[in-house]
Amino acid sequence: MSRWRCPACGYVYDEQHGHPHEGFPPGTPFSEVPDEWHCPDCGVRDKVDFEPAP
Amino acid sequence: MSAVTSAPDHHDLPSGPDDGRALDGSPRWRDRKRYAWLLGLIVPLLPFISWGLVELTGLGAFWFYGPVLIFGVFPLLDLLVGLDASNPPDSVIKWLEQDRYYRWCTYLFLPLQYAGLVFACWMWSHGGLSVFESIGLALTVAMVAGVAINTAHELGHKRASSERWLSRVALAQTGYGHFFIEHNRGHHVRVATPEDPASARMGESFYAFWPRTVSGSLRSAWELERVRLARMGRRPWTIRNDALSAWAMTVALYAVLALVFGPVVLPYLLIQAVVGFSLLEVVNYLEHYGLRRSRREDGRYERTAPEHSWNSNNVASNVLLYHLQRHSDHHANPLRRYQALRHYDEAPQLPTGYAGMILAAVFPPVWRRVMDHRVVEHYQGDLSLANISPRAEARVLARYGTAATAAAMPAAGGEGLAGSPR
Repeated sequence: MSRWRCPACGYVYDEQHGHPHEGFPPGTPFSEVPDEWHCPDCGVRDKVDFEPAP
Repeated sequence: MSAVTSAPDHHDLPSGPDDGRALDGSPRWRDRKRYAWLLGLIVPLLPFISWGLVELTGLGAFWFYGPVLIFGVFPLLDLLVGLDASNPPDSVIKWLEQDRYYRWCTYLFLPLQYAGLVFACWMWSHGGLSVFESIGLALTVAMVAGVAINTAHELGHKRASSERWLSRVALAQTGYGHFFIEHNRGHHVRVATPEDPASARMGESFYAFWPRTVSGSLRSAWELERVRLARMGRRPWTIRNDALSAWAMTVALYAVLALVFGPVVLPYLLIQAVVGFSLLEVVNYLEHYGLRRSRREDGRYERTAPEHSWNSNNVASNVLLYHLQRHSDHHANPLRRYQALRHYDEAPQLPTGYAGMILAAVFPPVWRRVMDHRVVEHYQGDLSLANISPRAEARVLARYGTAATAAAMPAAGGEGLAGSPR
């Protein structure tokens, strides 16, 4: 399970928790999130901009 | 180097002590606007203030006090009170954002907003007002409703679900509940591009912008929800659709008001809703007029930078609208709380505050005279970089474009023009 961080606002997509409201149930790998998906918190950055988070 | 030299690229929370105090415990920096934010609460009190003025003077015309204050008094206050370009030091921003006092200034707006609406419904049904006076009161309530969308905007950008819920409540009065969907996930993604219904194009009058943004934002919100729900394997016609549930809140609100006060309130509720959201849309109109992000080589748009929003440091409008005019920093850091938004030297500046500019926007010839040359100057004459209305392109280029567009200077618009607030 990996974590990915929005470089603009610090939001973290945690594969363990997914983002159910956005339609990604817990356990959804980041690779299954569509490329055109934007940061749900700030909208400033896209999925492709996300960085691996510790 | 300033911690925010490249604010659009990094969300840099300042390091160091975060309590805003020096080692001896004394405040290092004082927020001179701290108590001014309470003045924003005058707006939701407008229906009561209007009533007070009518009672005091016996003049029914004072029911129109709301629009008089917004379109008459505030533009003058902007000119009289002047500018404030000062920024909080980087080291106190975190502390400033965590100070809960500022949140309460926005939360308190909501009970006053709805107290005013209920009071207005009572006046419409039992107050013995003439139709003329009732319309005046509806317009005053509309000013509250419009500014409430701005309060909802501040709340809707936050991570806390409680604040997002308050945002939806504030929007219910205008039926603009889809705004917090479209604005956060649509407008912020596509800002200053031809694809954004809420970014005005050069040569587009407010009256041409209005139907495009109202219908485009509605469609965008629906589409965003449709796609989100499709990912869950659901159809859009469900109460889980955030747009539908927000509109349901409006229907419930209007139904209760009509049941309690009688259907006589419905036409006035409609007036205040349409005029209220139009007040929001006229602010949308001026925020990005003519500004455009360039396409990068990979086909994506360059990142939103300070140069893609019109800003203003006029104190009166900034206090009225929770620093909305520091719009470049808002687009770089949408979650940043209003009290911590910063001025950027390199952001394009409006000649006066939003209050005066919305007045100009209502009169398109005045607007073109004030703004079009500013877009030209912003792009140093190269209008191929501007967001121009296709319908107005020939006219705009004939007036401003020919010589300059030929010169085609690769001036503004390049990537990496990140901001360095003072």
